Amino acid sequence: MIELKHVSKVFPTAEGGFHALKDVSLTIGDGDIYGIVGMSGAGKSTLVRCINLLERPTSGQVVIDGADLCAMGQKELIAQRRSISMIFQQFNLLMQRTCLKNICFPMEIARIKRADAEKRARELLEIVGLPDKADAYPAQLSGGQKQRVAIARALACDPKILLCDEATSALDPKTTRDILRLIKDINGRLGITVVVITHEMAVVEEICTHVAILDHGRVMETGTVEQVFSSPQTEAGRRLVYPDGVRIEQLPAANVIRIAFNGGSSYEPLIASLAIDCGVKVNILGADTRNVNGQAFGTMLLGLPEDAGEAAKAVAYIKNQPNVTMEEVRDYHA
Amino acid sequence: MLEFFNDPKVAEQLGYLVKHVPFAVWETVYTTVVASLFAYLIGLPLGVLLVVGAKDGIHPLPLPLMQAVNTVINLLRSMPFLILMVLVMPLSRVIVGTTIGTVGILVPLTVASFPFVARLAEGSLREMDRGVLEAAQAMGCSTFQVVWKVLLPESLPSLLSGFTTAFVTILGYGAMSGFIGGGGLGSMSLQYAWNNRKMVVLYGAVIVLVILVQIFQSIGSHLSVRADRRVTGRGGARGSRKQQPRQEK
Repeated sequence: MIELKHVSKVFPTAEGGFHALKDVSLTIGDGDIYGIVGMSGAGKSTLVRCINLLERPTSGQVVIDGADLCAMGQKELIAQRRSISMIFQQFNLLMQRTCLKNICFPMEIARIKRADAEKRARELLEIVGLPDKADAYPAQLSGGQKQRVAIARALACDPKILLCDEATSALDPKTTRDILRLIKDINGRLGITVVVITHEMAVVEEICTHVAILDHGRVMETGTVEQVFSSPQTEAGRRLVYPDGVRIEQLPAANVIRIAFNGGSSYEPLIASLAIDCGVKVNILGADTRNVNGQAFGTMLLGLPEDAGEAAKAVAYIKNQPNVTMEEVRDYHA
Repeated sequence: MLEFFNDPKVAEQLGYLVKHVPFAVWETVYTTVVASLFAYLIGLPLGVLLVVGAKDGIHPLPLPLMQAVNTVINLLRSMPFLILMVLVMPLSRVIVGTTIGTVGILVPLTVASFPFVARLAEGSLREMDRGVLEAAQAMGCSTFQVVWKVLLPESLPSLLSGFTTAFVTILGYGAMSGFIGGGGLGSMSLQYAWNNRKMVVLYGAVIVLVILVQIFQSIGSHLSVRADRRVTGRGGARGSRKQQPRQEK
């Protein structure tokens, strides 16, 4: 279990300091795939580097399985880092070593016998689907292949935690899906806790179980992906979940509500039955479905009729539907 | 043309060249190799220190220490080589017991070139991708392991091409040392040929120096390219430098 307790990070600047993280507290359970999502500059990269203390928090604690990393000496910290591996946007492979030697590198550092290390490295190449690339150099590989080698390298020392820092941001959409599937597969097979840093909600949808939304160095909301996606509670959350929101003043209706269908049900019948059962017509201002962990999540932006009575009827009707949550949208901006 | 070679003065000088050039080349190569070796023994660790200990390095060291190192290097680098050679003579007497000849010149050559080597190495090591060093630290490398297993091997092609530059520069310094009694081709052209107005010997020695530089530069460039796995992928023979076809899975 990873616990961040009131972690703050201040970078010294001429103007007295830049607060990259402000009082961040998070708990990440064993075996979770935990997404940390935010716009660029929100402090995501700093936050993930605080987990293995590549960045030392200015204040607060980083506790992994009950041990406080900030209180550790250099030796203990180095030992601890071997159970936390990391993959990067730019892969960061050693360009002068073959793939096999790249994967052997962390084992070399951990003083594992060379023959054993090479045997393990070949197994890992098999796992990531590149068994024939052992003797190739990174310069000969495509981006997706490089990230696979980086993942194999990250798994070499049987880590408990895998940190992914924008690991798919330099890849094309198809390769991104392949790599995410591989990470999910590894999480399922080996039970490794995965922390995913990304600015793309699509990545969170694809693989995460839990998500934290980070904005200007603060954690705005946390929860399961289902919770946060079906009804984001904060402005920052809404901005990320509904990035193409429309300006309210451009909408033809007075009252706008957002409804979310939590799994399974299709939303077309609801609007039709609303018209048939109550005789109320609503405008569909926008709709979207997302696939979150195999369940369909639909959201819809509805413009209610201007007549207050009819609007109330519609709201009451929707509220009574199972598997549907509803919220009023006030001053919602793109 | 033939008349020129049949001139007894020219023939005598040509005879001198044939007789003495091989040993002079040996002396020049010997001083250059040994001085380069010592210059790297001192300069390379200094270059590593300058990169690793910098404010944004992987193991920042106290600022006053870094400033002191930088000042010493700049000071030595700003001194003209001939003046430095004269200044270092007492040190040379202490270390190798003499100030003249091939051995006497080793100390001034080393002192003059290690700061240059340090700056060259610093430049090569700074090219290193910060992210790769960060990855190594994340894997639990100590600072020493980052330097020894990542920083130096990954910078090898650039270090090799820097080494070639340093080697050729030290060869040039060595030739200048003919003024203060160093041996080799420099002394042949300055002490013997110039002072005795033996122009054929002078030009002959210069031509041999040019050829030497060409040879070392070619070997160095070739090794640097060969060592670089980013270009050829295999680091194999020339001609296979073009990008290997990428195999998409």
